[in-house]
Amino acid sequence: MVPALAIVFLFQLLGEVISRAAHLPLPGPVLGMVGLVVALSLSPRLGALIRPTAQGLLAHLSLLFVPAGVGVVAHLPTLAKYGPALALALVVSTLAAIIVGAVTFTLVARLTRSHPDD
Amino acid sequence: MTDAALIWSYLASKPLLWLCATLFAYWAGDAAFRASGRRPIANPVMIAVILLAVLLWATATPYSNYFEGAQFVHFMLGPATVCLAVPLQANLRQIRRAALPIAAALLAGSFTAVFAALAIAWALGADASLMASLAPKSATAPVAIGISEALGGQPTLTAVLVLLTGMIGAIFVTPMLNALGLRDWRARGFATGVAAHGIGTARAFQVHDTAGAFASIGMGLNAVLTAFLAPLVLRLFL
Repeated sequence: MVPALAIVFLFQLLGEVISRAAHLPLPGPVLGMVGLVVALSLSPRLGALIRPTAQGLLAHLSLLFVPAGVGVVAHLPTLAKYGPALALALVVSTLAAIIVGAVTFTLVARLTRSHPDD
Repeated sequence: MTDAALIWSYLASKPLLWLCATLFAYWAGDAAFRASGRRPIANPVMIAVILLAVLLWATATPYSNYFEGAQFVHFMLGPATVCLAVPLQANLRQIRRAALPIAAALLAGSFTAVFAALAIAWALGADASLMASLAPKSATAPVAIGISEALGGQPTLTAVLVLLTGMIGAIFVTPMLNALGLRDWRARGFATGVAAHGIGTARAFQVHDTAGAFASIGMGLNAVLTAFLAPLVLRLFL
């Protein structure tokens, strides 16, 4: 577990350094994730080393949102003021995005003859 | 001061109490979620947030005190984001096989999520900080929080908007896509992962394995795309 965590933290650290040095819009951890995808493709041994720890952490991913979510207590006035606007924006944008994404995928798959089972 | 008051004033000034409360609240939320038969409306994070918010209110504890304890959990969002590389890399073969539909659906779905949310909020008079907090709401929470910070939004507000987005997607996706007659599990899962991140992905895995795998791909790719897209689309409105 310690080597796996050390490597994961190292990729996050590299991501933060590159993101800040190059003034990229990508947050450091996202760059770290992209870097780790590349590294995992190059070295199967790295995957075997990291996988158990990564799966353990990802299995409890939703726990990690709780502290930021509790921050809602500081935004109750904003939420009350913009409640209907936010509710409409969230519902319409989320459902529209799912429909547009699923329809686009289906149409392009048909055009390019990409079948689920080939 | 009584002993109880002394113990309370000690606990209230140290991180241990609120770290403990965060884990127990999530445990309770997760137990309620399982007991409900994993219904999306009984989201464990939502339950934990409500329990903790009530507790903070009842004990008159400021959020900053709470966060001193909870920051240890919050900190793990960064490494967890890096770990998303593991499922993403495991699915690379499937991504290559359906590369064109994936690229098209990713661009269309991600743009729709950011643009529609900002257009509606803007039309209804949202201010700049609220718009910045809203823009990345379809990306997975750790990424959305990072993007919101970079755009001048309020990360804790973004966290709540991300959570609600995931719940809305998880609750409506199955009846909605059934009504539309879309049967390709890859398309259904992928679109859900793009629009409703981890909560939508968890829902997709409940419905169908292929949908779940494609939802994780959608979530992972949209985490990267939203980081580029959210600032660009936000600029159209400000």
